[in-house]
Amino acid sequence: MTLSLSGVGLTHANGQAALTDLTLAVTQGERVAIIGPSGAGKTSLLRLLATALQPSSGELRLFGQQPWALSARQRQQLRRRIGLIHQSPPLPPRQRVVTAVLAGRLGHWSLAKALLNLIYPQERQAASAALARLDLSDKLYEHCDQLSGGQLQRVGIARVLYQGAELILADEPVSAMDPVLAGHTLEILSQEAQQRGSTMIASLHAVDLALAHFPRVIGLRDGRVLFDKPSQAVTPTDLEALYANAQLQVSVPASPVAPPVTLHIPRC
Amino acid sequence: MNPHRTVARDPAALPRLLLTLLALALLWPGLALSELNLAVLWQADNLATMGKFVGAFWPPAHDTDFLDLLLTATLQTLAMATAGMALALLIAVPAALLASRALSLSALPRGGRPAPWAQALRWPVRGLLIVLRSVPEIVWALLFVRAVGLGPTAGVLAIAITYSGMLGKVYAEIFESVDQKPTRALLLSGSGRLAAFCYGTLPNAAGELLSYTVYRWECAIRASVVMGFVGAGGLGQQMDLSMRMFAGNEVASLLLTFLALVLLADALSRLLRGRLQ
Repeated sequence: MTLSLSGVGLTHANGQAALTDLTLAVTQGERVAIIGPSGAGKTSLLRLLATALQPSSGELRLFGQQPWALSARQRQQLRRRIGLIHQSPPLPPRQRVVTAVLAGRLGHWSLAKALLNLIYPQERQAASAALARLDLSDKLYEHCDQLSGGQLQRVGIARVLYQGAELILADEPVSAMDPVLAGHTLEILSQEAQQRGSTMIASLHAVDLALAHFPRVIGLRDGRVLFDKPSQAVTPTDLEALYANAQLQVSVPASPVAPPVTLHIPRC
Repeated sequence: MNPHRTVARDPAALPRLLLTLLALALLWPGLALSELNLAVLWQADNLATMGKFVGAFWPPAHDTDFLDLLLTATLQTLAMATAGMALALLIAVPAALLASRALSLSALPRGGRPAPWAQALRWPVRGLLIVLRSVPEIVWALLFVRAVGLGPTAGVLAIAITYSGMLGKVYAEIFESVDQKPTRALLLSGSGRLAAFCYGTLPNAAGELLSYTVYRWECAIRASVVMGFVGAGGLGQQMDLSMRMFAGNEVASLLLTFLALVLLADALSRLLRGRLQ
């Protein structure tokens, strides 16, 4: 069992509930897509799994451990097994691609090795190999600010591949790519995850990609699981219910307190 | 639409006017307290004294003996500033890393705000930096001149102590002011804090750190000159001697040397920042 959530809720600091009573289990090697409308809590869920957010209630287990019951040092050891692919990869603009990829293994390296590779990239072969999987090996010594959004996303993916994460979490990993490249990149990511036996959870806004590349699909809406089934079993009715326009329906608001109606009169 | 229709007055005008008046009202007692009286400058005998002194500036002293002396003093001043900065960095860098919230692990799930206990642990370091920089370097220099005797050592120690406080504070703030996302992402993938700092914060902060450090080095040169007046050697001591002897031409040469040193620091800063791009 890679991860399990039971009754997990997440409330943001502003009091807004992002996730409510989530119960979920994912076994080692599974590949799961999370789909749902904007603001459904997809990113919150992934950040929760990446231990970037602490659940407000319920129990979260990763690799059989409760990350928030561990000491800070043990939690860092747990975190090196998790790789989070960001929608817009947080890379310093002046950093070179090779350094950005090598940074994936900082959790496994000693400080001395990290500093050495910062000055002179000794592990450039491995970085180049990770980039080659994503057709980016010619960008090895470019600066990150010279890359397009889609190329940056692929650098972010290469970093997590180089990290060798056992749990790959991807937040809209292909959102800045054209449809063909997006499909191709997801295909490579899936292959790599399968070869290494890594678990992969990705949030996607393109439903067709989710259904095509992931055996299991979770529909998230208003911070709750609407459906959780094999991708073949997802019906058009499911999708309609998932994406039904919240603004047209009078649905139960996500936050318990409805915003007070105020008349906005401009002063001047 | 009527073009002559009156547009509502700028609502910010009144507060701005009041703030300006308030600032002036606060400045006036300041002028009175500092006993500033510009008329003194234009009294006949004062003008004559200054005129004679400034008149002796030309030509600047350039005999070999004095140039030898000038070179030694310049090198001494540069060495004092550089050694003082190097010692200051030894204290400032670790202190800045400890004081900065940028590398906080407890801040990760809390939106960048470290846990209260972690924040409490940062306060002693911040307090140390405040103590280090609150005493002016000239006071430290006077103290060390008594302790270790006349000479550059006192100046080096004085610069090291005061500047470590300033550098540490500003470094910590620079670390916090740059984009935190790269560092947080690295910490989240299990990286150690120093490694995350080197790969995540440093690339963004390097330019600002460099220009501030070189600027502080320039300040250290000026400070070492001032400390020369209390016996810490270098150009300042030479300046003190020349002023006492009313040797205007030597003062002029010394001032030109200061100008050259500041130009040098400026050029160095530009060069280093250019390399970084």
